[in-house]
Amino acid sequence: MGIAEIQEEIIDEFSMFDDWMQRYEYMIELGKSLPLIEAQYKTEDNIIKGCQSKVWVHAELEDNKLVFTADSDAIITKGIIAILIRAFSNQKPQDIIDADTDFIDEIGLKEHLSPTRANGLVSMVKQLKLYAIAYQTQLN
Amino acid sequence: MIAMLELQKVRKDFPILKREVNGRPLVYLDNAATSQTPQQVIDVIVDYYQNYNANIHRGVHALSQEATDAYEAARLKIRDHFNIAKSHEVIFTSGTTHSINLVAHGFSSFLKKGDEILVSAMEHHSNIVPWQMLADRTGAVLKVIPMNQDGELVMEAFHELLSEKAQLVFCNHISNALGTINPIEEIIHAAHEKGAAVLVDGAQAAPHIKADMQALDVDFYTVSAHKICGPTGVGMLYGKEEWLKKLPPYQGGGEMIAEVTFEKTTYADLPHKFEAGTPNICGGIAFGAALDYLNTIGLKAIAQYEEELLQYATEKLLAIEGLKIYGTAAKKTSVISFNIQVIHPYDIGTILDKLGIAVRTGHHCAQPIMDFYQIPGTVRASFSFYNTKVEVDILVDGVKRARKMLL
Repeated sequence: MGIAEIQEEIIDEFSMFDDWMQRYEYMIELGKSLPLIEAQYKTEDNIIKGCQSKVWVHAELEDNKLVFTADSDAIITKGIIAILIRAFSNQKPQDIIDADTDFIDEIGLKEHLSPTRANGLVSMVKQLKLYAIAYQTQLN
Repeated sequence: MIAMLELQKVRKDFPILKREVNGRPLVYLDNAATSQTPQQVIDVIVDYYQNYNANIHRGVHALSQEATDAYEAARLKIRDHFNIAKSHEVIFTSGTTHSINLVAHGFSSFLKKGDEILVSAMEHHSNIVPWQMLADRTGAVLKVIPMNQDGELVMEAFHELLSEKAQLVFCNHISNALGTINPIEEIIHAAHEKGAAVLVDGAQAAPHIKADMQALDVDFYTVSAHKICGPTGVGMLYGKEEWLKKLPPYQGGGEMIAEVTFEKTTYADLPHKFEAGTPNICGGIAFGAALDYLNTIGLKAIAQYEEELLQYATEKLLAIEGLKIYGTAAKKTSVISFNIQVIHPYDIGTILDKLGIAVRTGHHCAQPIMDFYQIPGTVRASFSFYNTKVEVDILVDGVKRARKMLL
């Protein structure tokens, strides 16, 4: 499935929820249930700095597709990471570079991706794109 | 004591308290970060821009004179409020951080290698970094007054650290992260016995305590207007006249000079020596208005009521399973820093925000305190005299709800 389709799927899922409580409970569940990153990659180098919650991101190229793993010490942040990973991981670098993140807005989590919010998510999205650019250069 | 009826009247003074956040009535419990502004102060700000906005101290025209009079009247209000001996010992700054940097910069000219600066362990970053920079510039040594698990300074250790080498002792009056009221009288007295000057950061104290500069005999004291119902971007540095005369100017510019030629400049007298450039005129005037407002209610009544809120909130919060309060000093103000088990403070803050409750989460710009407790941060609820017990109940319910969702 392509990024746009996955994003549509996520939007559909979230449209089932009536209020923010349900959305957040779902995200917290996502955050709790997913082992997102191998311990060896939870290094200082992979931390996105300057945020209230720590966010780690790791990227690997498998069959010309970029696989992301990530984690956070805050559970809501981790839930959003799970959603982002679902949308962007296992995709071609060029597709990741071209993808937009508007779906976050549509599922009612816009405030978490505000550039001034110190939760690391904006930097994380930026980091995903940077990895994609770096690996795309390698592929070229 | 602020009676129930008066509390409702007081709340009406703050237009922002009527607004909703995320569809719920705002419960503003981030007062230690910034206080809200009463209509009386907002009116003063509007009046300034509508009626007498002008540059001060230099104009020949009526508006400039009116603005100058109002600005200087505010200086006198500050002098009187803090029982400062001379009005020129009140320096208008952009706030506490500016005030501290001004003193730290000035001390560069006095300190030499091996001199010591004592700083308390429960400082805000803005109270640590300027002294590190000062130590780097001068070769002076920074020594840290330790704190105990309750978040109180270990005074025995302070007395041991304090030697004849100490030139400056720096301490906050009240900790922003923990609410601890520090024994500054004892610190000032002991430091003076060894010949060291003392700078006290009163940013967190000013909303709760009317500090008396002459009784304290402190050398420097700082306040930010936005913590006491005034606007952001303005504050004061109190300095004893003898110190302010000794300190070199911090910034060069207009207003702070007496005569300028390309060969030589002579500096203006106090307080203008430290007030280079066009100041925050409206802010200064509104700072005075904020003090008027607080004094109308009375800081004693405010402190008493906030103490009651603190007791009430502490008791209610502690009843939540797994909740731990950081900062349990015998003497503290209405600040409660807490965590629940392993839940990240950011998660609790996010859920509370959804419920219309404003708290601060994170390290509160006091990373060393968080390192001391080995935690990533805390949730901090800080109460003001316009908060109610009903709001405390909303907070407690919100925290319970967050706990249920997150654990």
